[in-house]
Amino acid sequence: MSSKKMDKGLKRILTIFYIFLLVLIVIDLFIHKHDFFGFDGYPSFYGAYGLVACILLVLVAKYVLRPLVMRREDYYNE
Amino acid sequence: MNNFTPPALILIFGSLLIPFLRGRTRQVYLVLLPLLTVAYLFSLSEGIYWKLKILDYELIFGRIDRLSLAFGYIFAIITLIVSIYSLHVKDNLHLISAFIYAGGALGAIFAGDFITLFVFWEIMAFSATYVIWSAKTKKAVNAGMRYLMVHIFGGLLLLGGIMVYYKETGSLVFNYIGLKGLAEWLIFLGFGINAAFPILHAWLPDAYPESTETGTVFLSAFTTKTAVYVLARGFPGTELLIYIGAIMTAFPIFYAVIENNLRRVLSYSLINQVGFMVTGIGIGTQLSLNGTVAHAFCHILYKALLFMSMGAVLYRTGKINATDLGGLYKSMPLTTLFCIVGAASISGVPLTSGFVSKSMIVSAAAEGGMLLIWIALLFASAGVFHHSGIKIPFFAFFSHDSGLRPKEAPIHMLVAMGLAAFMCIAIGVLPGPLYSILPYPVDYEPYTPSHVIDQTQLLAFSALAFTLLMLSGIYPPEIRCINLDTDWFYRKGTRLFVTFSHNVLAKIEYNIIGQAYEYAVIKPLLKIANFLKILDSSGIDGTYNGMAKGSMKISNILKEIQTGRAHDYAFIMILGIISMIFIMLISFLI
Repeated sequence: MSSKKMDKGLKRILTIFYIFLLVLIVIDLFIHKHDFFGFDGYPSFYGAYGLVACILLVLVAKYVLRPLVMRREDYYNE
Repeated sequence: MNNFTPPALILIFGSLLIPFLRGRTRQVYLVLLPLLTVAYLFSLSEGIYWKLKILDYELIFGRIDRLSLAFGYIFAIITLIVSIYSLHVKDNLHLISAFIYAGGALGAIFAGDFITLFVFWEIMAFSATYVIWSAKTKKAVNAGMRYLMVHIFGGLLLLGGIMVYYKETGSLVFNYIGLKGLAEWLIFLGFGINAAFPILHAWLPDAYPESTETGTVFLSAFTTKTAVYVLARGFPGTELLIYIGAIMTAFPIFYAVIENNLRRVLSYSLINQVGFMVTGIGIGTQLSLNGTVAHAFCHILYKALLFMSMGAVLYRTGKINATDLGGLYKSMPLTTLFCIVGAASISGVPLTSGFVSKSMIVSAAAEGGMLLIWIALLFASAGVFHHSGIKIPFFAFFSHDSGLRPKEAPIHMLVAMGLAAFMCIAIGVLPGPLYSILPYPVDYEPYTPSHVIDQTQLLAFSALAFTLLMLSGIYPPEIRCINLDTDWFYRKGTRLFVTFSHNVLAKIEYNIIGQAYEYAVIKPLLKIANFLKILDSSGIDGTYNGMAKGSMKISNILKEIQTGRAHDYAFIMILGIISMIFIMLISFLI
């Protein structure tokens, strides 16, 4: 019962979050951008960059870095 | 009242009185001392003060200008906040070492010559080591020892650089240095170790998470930011720093994603934040240098706030790994709130301090047309939100319910966190006062519509990435583990080396150094100990009992140091080398 309630709460938060993202995309269209490199003036460039960058970050950390450096907690025998 | 003492000395000498005070008086004193330092700093005006002539050489304890003052203000303010946070600490030596450490940092940034700088630099290294040891766990003692060795090595580089520099230029005044030759490179690397340059950085995530709940907050503020200050003083506009800084912003966030210990996550994000400052120094324009100082100021506040919130969790639950925590918002709502303010600030959410400072450096990179650097900084901005902004509050206070229901943090901790959180938001809403203390006149407006929407989008869609990865189950699960870093080379690598050269080294160790050590150190020590014993038994009253407790603590640490491992003894040799160099330096100055 309570977990169902939690899920409902979580769903509501996520819905609000997704609407917020849409609003950001729409507002972005109406704001005059001062671009430095050309492509950074495209609508919602920053949002797209943030999304891609973070997904890449997590994938690289999980599938490249972790297999290389992860050890048991007692690796250094302390 | 004006200019009666270098500001560092209030904390350093004032701290020595702490053991003689009790109860409420002691608590008032602990707050009064940094408060006095804050007030005193704000009363200082620019100029060169407190010159001390030794032989024909001049020590300058007070070069007060806009650059050093800005760092001085924030160092004093954070000392005040963390002192309030530390009011529950009973261990006098812990507090004394923390105050001496903070005072050492003030001494270093106001130093106008290399010798004064070096002396305070070393005071910081040793007192910080004791701050780490104060946790009194085996892990902390070992990590502290490694910390000390790394920083003694850095100090030797710095000292070597200073000596060559003096020989070449005939001057020991600390001003713009620039990368020209051997001397400048040595000084640069000495500074770089404290700034946690990549590869030289491993001491930071190794040692910082091992100190006490309060010790780590002290540590997070001073060593790296003092290094940022000396780099900004000595090497502004050094192109190499742009690349070093960009790498520093990027690589630690990968570690932060997979790290389980939440204070270690914060340690990696500390390197990431210092990377922004180092990049700003490298760019070297007025905008970027202003950005560096502003970012150091804001960063000290929100990083301390984050470490304080994690310290409160550790203090109440005894746990700090993401795998053991979760759901704490139910019983620690205020700590959760303050942690979120810190997390928002480090991420640069509009109306918080990170937004008005970090953007100056990113804008400076863009204005300079540095495309790759700009992309790296933007990546780091998104990444820091991902791990410090979301991961820290999420895994500690929300996520799966750990079932832990600890009490809310003690009132003095809440006051300290509240003060820091207030300043994070105040600076974000009204950046004017912060901009007015920066080294150069500020012609920068953070709150343009495009900047606000760009930054909000960057953060919101990073949050979307986190949400999608979580919901799809791709996000790497928290695992009990440690992650190797470059400290492997001196933790495992040295052991291999020691095994390899065991026969040769051991013979030298036992036959020559061992005997010399016996005559030079152990026998005099025994004599002193005997003398102390006589003193101790002659007056067994309260005072001596207190002193005996103190010396027992020290001898316990000495006992820990006497591990019988060759690389620990090497440290004592290094100490000897340092004092030797010191003597040489003095004779060389005459």
